[in-house]
Amino acid sequence: MAAIYSLYIINKSGGLIFYKDYGSKGRMDTNDSLRVASLWHSMHAISQQLSPTTGCSGIELLEADTFDLHCFQSLTGTKFFVVCEPGTQHMEALLKIIYELYTDYVLKNPFYEMEMPIRCELFDINLTQAIQKDRVALSGR
Amino acid sequence: MIGVGKIKQYSNVLDKPLSKGKQEVSLSAFAFLFSELVQYNQTQVDNIAELERRLEDAGYAVGARVLELLCHRDKGNRRETRLLGILSFVHSTVWKVLFGKVADSLEKGTEHEDEYMISEKELLVNKFISIPKDMGTFNCGAFVAGIVRGVLDSAGFPAVVTAHFVPMEGQQRPRTTILIKFAEEVLQREARLG
Repeated sequence: MAAIYSLYIINKSGGLIFYKDYGSKGRMDTNDSLRVASLWHSMHAISQQLSPTTGCSGIELLEADTFDLHCFQSLTGTKFFVVCEPGTQHMEALLKIIYELYTDYVLKNPFYEMEMPIRCELFDINLTQAIQKDRVALSGR
Repeated sequence: MIGVGKIKQYSNVLDKPLSKGKQEVSLSAFAFLFSELVQYNQTQVDNIAELERRLEDAGYAVGARVLELLCHRDKGNRRETRLLGILSFVHSTVWKVLFGKVADSLEKGTEHEDEYMISEKELLVNKFISIPKDMGTFNCGAFVAGIVRGVLDSAGFPAVVTAHFVPMEGQQRPRTTILIKFAEEVLQREARLG
């Protein structure tokens, strides 16, 4: 029923460090995905300035008619956002799980350079498992 | 008077009995520290073999100290004189103290008399580490190989110890094997002891 189209991770300067698509609906070629990443980074920053109340932490959810976009920003400015079918539940929890996988398998990897594209086998394996588990749980409800 | 325990005061800190110490250490803290150790050594060397050697040397220092500590704490100041004795000490006691569990298996090599292997599904030090493709067969388990070499060397069983990845069918991640190759003199002594 509800499905994830794609997952993006962007570093604190807006560069895309990880992109994964699930299914043909979310698929984008490299240039487009880079563009979406920097576009979202700018929109996120602008929304913090536009907010009528102080202390706004940026856009968390964007609802459009054909997709939803959930975004999670860590304390260091790294943003995790997922494009999914409208009405998908529990994306915030999934983003937190992905953040935990990032801290474990990317940040504790001595061969990973900060702010660079993520090329960690363990991160990919565990991410696939997490998405799979989430998919099963969602379809079970 | 309701019992008020009086802690014996030691005038000299060296007279205090050795404590068992905290049994648990944060895995994340260790993982970050180990990651920094690897990164620091990477900046100092030109090639992968050198990096492995440095990690092994770091482990050697740990192994020598671990042997002293465990002999005092767990074995009542007795020392191992037989090959199988020291191997099962490494496989069980050392592994339990360092990694919280005994090693998965201890095997004797089939091809050579002087080879023994300790296998683990996934070494604790490698838990969060993904080796990039261009580093080939490099294994951060060289640190653990160094620990084993330190223990064996200090116990009087000189050996060459290396860590290898062994691909397993049906599993995505390869097993890790610590290969121990004992020196000639160890086998001769073992044969003499009967």
